[in-house]
Amino acid sequence: MLSDPGAVLADSTLVDSGFKLLLVVEVVAVFLAVLLFIFFAAGRATGRFERPVAIAVLLGPAVLLLVIGLVVPAVRTMYLSFSNANGTKMLGWKNYVWSFTTPAIQDILINTLLWIIVAPLVTTVLGLTLALLVDRVRGESAYKSLIFMPMAISFVGASIIWKFVYDYRDPSQPQIGLLSQICLALGWDNPPNWLLTPTLNNFLLMVILVWVQTGFAMVVLSAAIKAIPSDVIESARVDGAGGASMLFRITIPMIRSTVVVVLTTVMITTLKIFDIVRTMTGGNFGTQVLANEMYSQSFVQFNVGRGSALAVILFLAVLPLVGYNIIQLRKERANR
Amino acid sequence: MRARRSRVLRVAAPAAALVLALAACQNGSGDEASGPVPTLTGDCAKYQAYAGHAGKKVTMFASIISPESDSLQKSWAEFSSCTGITISYEGSNDFESQLPVRVQGGNAPDLTPIPQPGLLKQMVQTGKVVKPPQQTVANVEKYWAPSWKTYGSVDGTFYAAPMSSNMKSLVWYSPKAFADAGYTVPTTWADLMTLSAKIASDGKAKPWCGGIGSGTATGWPATDWLEEVVLGQHGGDVYDKWISHQIKFDSPEIRQSMETVAGWMLNPAWVNAGFGDVKTIATTTFQDAGKPILSGKCYMLQQASFYRAQWPAGTTIGPDKAVFAFYLPPVNPAIKTPVVGGGEFVTAFADRPEVQAVQNYLSSAEWASSRVKTAPGWVSANNGVDIALYTDPLDALSAKALSDTSGTFRFDASDLMPAAVGAGQEWKSMTAWFAQGQSIDKVVKDIDAAWPE
Repeated sequence: MLSDPGAVLADSTLVDSGFKLLLVVEVVAVFLAVLLFIFFAAGRATGRFERPVAIAVLLGPAVLLLVIGLVVPAVRTMYLSFSNANGTKMLGWKNYVWSFTTPAIQDILINTLLWIIVAPLVTTVLGLTLALLVDRVRGESAYKSLIFMPMAISFVGASIIWKFVYDYRDPSQPQIGLLSQICLALGWDNPPNWLLTPTLNNFLLMVILVWVQTGFAMVVLSAAIKAIPSDVIESARVDGAGGASMLFRITIPMIRSTVVVVLTTVMITTLKIFDIVRTMTGGNFGTQVLANEMYSQSFVQFNVGRGSALAVILFLAVLPLVGYNIIQLRKERANR
Repeated sequence: MRARRSRVLRVAAPAAALVLALAACQNGSGDEASGPVPTLTGDCAKYQAYAGHAGKKVTMFASIISPESDSLQKSWAEFSSCTGITISYEGSNDFESQLPVRVQGGNAPDLTPIPQPGLLKQMVQTGKVVKPPQQTVANVEKYWAPSWKTYGSVDGTFYAAPMSSNMKSLVWYSPKAFADAGYTVPTTWADLMTLSAKIASDGKAKPWCGGIGSGTATGWPATDWLEEVVLGQHGGDVYDKWISHQIKFDSPEIRQSMETVAGWMLNPAWVNAGFGDVKTIATTTFQDAGKPILSGKCYMLQQASFYRAQWPAGTTIGPDKAVFAFYLPPVNPAIKTPVVGGGEFVTAFADRPEVQAVQNYLSSAEWASSRVKTAPGWVSANNGVDIALYTDPLDALSAKALSDTSGTFRFDASDLMPAAVGAGQEWKSMTAWFAQGQSIDKVVKDIDAAWPE
């Protein structure tokens, strides 16, 4: 019989961790050595090779990581979108046909469309209004900070806050939901169960996004308004421009490109929206959107093919927006 | 394993080297029977059947983490010290995703208790799972109801012996509130319905509370309600065929069960106290659902045994305390003790004699009893365990129903259906049934349509 098996176990554990530590040190050392060698070799390169080698050394790692982390998964996702649930059989366009013909998925596409039209527009208009209202008001920075504050809250955090706002209890019971309580106080005896009321609930969820993103829109637009040269404004005044014509003929045209950038940025955020829907309703009650359904298909129902097809649709929908956004950013830079 | 052993040999202290040399000698003797098996005496005599593997190590990987795993390790401590087999236990929160990685990577544990029959099937398909020894098979046949063996089998071949069990067929209630109002615990479905109607007509509170909100898994408690009714109304055969889709959702049997659920949890006169109308069941989280029982706003909640963790701290649980549970009686009294529940199944990835010894021990009534004695909050469906050993009344209640060999135990059906249904459309459609008042017709057809080909 063994005297003390515990001691042997402890001993081998100690040795094991010792080896692991040694392994880590070795790996780091080898990595540094390789790096030093590459830099040394690149430094030695002269003449014709100097520029290409420098480009390869400096850009190489970034390109490599991009290929591994972005290009390869993207191509693989596109490949998988043509396959069955576990990627073992090719189905052709079946997953895409399913995406556009299943009533439940059609509803999801309509919801997503509703989101990308309504939420960015409201956010931008509200942001612009606020930017104009607080412009050159006493205590401007204090107001701006307050409005910008929700931006610091994550979508999940914001959703949990709003979940309490929308919470429903029978009108005869003590209320938890702020919105219901306000309605009751104003004399509406029987407010609806907010999150359960179709179509209305979609807009209630959009309110959360608007609440979080308006600060961002306001700050960016406000900066653009301040960047309008004062001589332009003065000459407009001399020419007799009043409030409304000043806004629509001078301010908005001058900050047009910034408005577009804000609009498209919020739009891209909206397309990717996932956290709000997931936290508030879990995609139930007719509030499901594309990003959340993609997750549910891939990782809850383990249908990788359908999930990938939805991911590709989402990707293709974002692509023109990203392109347009980049062009606008370039234009804005060229103007300055 | 091999690589690590050689590394240890190179550097380890002499003591370790000696042990390994000893182990090597024993390996060298080849066939286990040819080596002399030591005779265990005194307190250790009962472990004689597992003797002869001193100094061997068996690794185990599981989803059970501390403090529950401490009780597990304590339960086999005596076995280890008597036989000299070390069980090296590792628990992880990430078990479900880690296990496939380890097995595919050639780093499989010797033993692992798997809680999902689906994952067991996936593991068997890798070809790395080994069949249990004869003694384990005999133990399972002796101590468990036949359906347990089925859930440890894949395509008719038995692989894994059950370990712990949990029970979903329970109704939580407040013994105090029942006593105050003069209600008695119903023992038949008819009594339960009469009681519900009586509570509703007394008008002080509603009989039932319910909540199926659970984030992205919203809807699962509603699938449980349907499962309880299907099993209690039509029995095990229909239930099994329902899981394999031989009986569709759109069939007279399941439609009948849906109607029964509709008369129970979708009955506007019976739900959903403290929260509002029937629809609020969809927006109430399952964690919150039982709370109105404590404030006397409703009387009953159908939830699994693990709901005990959801009561606010300080809530006493027992037959004469603030809350307790009673067995949900079957809709059809002809069906013997139907129980919907879950459990873990000990799967082996190695057939070394010491691994088989541990496997045999874990499937025995002796080990199950030892674990029950260690700490409450753990139930086995092993009928070799004396019910009197359960000190916790809820454990005793569950154990009594689970270990009934004439009873009809069935695993949670939605866990056994394809994920597209069991973790997808069924949740969604059941939620829409409660939240949007979708018709039974639409619900059953939508779920059937989502069944993968």
